[in-house]
Amino acid sequence: MAEFIDLVLLAMLALTALRIIFLKDLFAVVMLFGIYSFLSALIFLNLDAVDVAFTEASVGAGISTVLMLVTLAITGRKEKQSTHSSLLPLFVVLVTGAALIYGTLDMPPFGHPDNPVHQHVAPRYIEESPKEVGLPNMVTSVLASYRGFDTLGETVVVFSAVIGVLSLLGVRRKKKKDLESGLESHRVLHVVAKIIIPLVILFALYVQFHGDFGPGGGFQAGVIAAAAFILYALILGLPKAFAVVGPRFLQWMAAAGVLLYASVGLYSMYMGGHFLDYNQLATDPVAGQHYGIIIIELGVGVTVFAVMLNIFYAFGSQAERSNVQ
Amino acid sequence: MDFLDIVSSILLLAGVFFGFSGAVGLFRFPDFFTRIHAASVTDSIAAILIIGALLLQTSFDLNTAKLVFILLFLMVTSPTASHALAKSARHGGLLTLAETRPQDKQGSAK
Repeated sequence: MAEFIDLVLLAMLALTALRIIFLKDLFAVVMLFGIYSFLSALIFLNLDAVDVAFTEASVGAGISTVLMLVTLAITGRKEKQSTHSSLLPLFVVLVTGAALIYGTLDMPPFGHPDNPVHQHVAPRYIEESPKEVGLPNMVTSVLASYRGFDTLGETVVVFSAVIGVLSLLGVRRKKKKDLESGLESHRVLHVVAKIIIPLVILFALYVQFHGDFGPGGGFQAGVIAAAAFILYALILGLPKAFAVVGPRFLQWMAAAGVLLYASVGLYSMYMGGHFLDYNQLATDPVAGQHYGIIIIELGVGVTVFAVMLNIFYAFGSQAERSNVQ
Repeated sequence: MDFLDIVSSILLLAGVFFGFSGAVGLFRFPDFFTRIHAASVTDSIAAILIIGALLLQTSFDLNTAKLVFILLFLMVTSPTASHALAKSARHGGLLTLAETRPQDKQGSAK
């Protein structure tokens, strides 16, 4: 039954990808990308990879769809007709695809228990992490403790994304008050948003601090909280959203999250361990692991929230400006 | 328990029926407003019926509470989404089928 569901989902995934290639309307393409992400999330869920599915659903289908839609508000929704011939790219793609398929022939059989991926470090994580880290959610212990340095790298990547966007676009505060911003006439949306937004933020906090015990963590929580503020900015307009959380404050927040993460590493070095060695944070090593993971997940959440919201501000203020002109 | 299973499967079948009819309507109906009507059937009644059926399968634990939360969230958000979509289309100047039909008879517009 699970294989049948997998096959159906994969077929829908392939159909969505083909439709994306041949569509010229970029608005529809963005929507199909959201469907594509949801289908991948369902496949991950079917593979019991709940954390990855959660990330894919919240980042891939949620926030990136919104960011691409704001980009379309600046650039326009029609794809430009390309003039040059597509024979050479087709040739390159065919050769690369053939080489990749040839490469998969050497891969170990799918799902076999003797595969290297199941023999290398995974048994140690599965057997030792309940004693060493003591978290019910093993994904969080691998992500935040065993692979803490990689996760620091990911957080820095997210942080550098906002540096790139801000140095290219910048967030413009609007001077004129007279033009309509947001969806002023949508009374129903106003009421529903006021009901929904606090609940979304509450859910984000739950995901943030429940990540040790269930699926979730800093990345998903940051994205969900950013989605709540983006909803507020979309419905009430950017100026009112700036009054709640300003872009300058968000820049400080984005940097503070990365600094919080890295300073946990430095503090553990100061206490006599290695970089990001949480065992040094408390007298009991397992308690130290708990403290370390909670603090660095908070750093990740703060950075991801600030970065996503700031990128939305940058795109959104550009879009409003280009609509005025 | 048996009785609950029967009720749950009836609700599931009804949910599948409404979801399927919503999908058919999305493809077969002639214009935007009728299509959004069909899509909102999938959003609202099909989702409510299916989650109601799943609620009867739980043994009154944390999963029940989570499903109730999802149900409440969907009951607030999906009608709002349909409403916002229809209202935006209306404000953007999209006419209903009844309003465009007289022009069709004159052959002036498509």
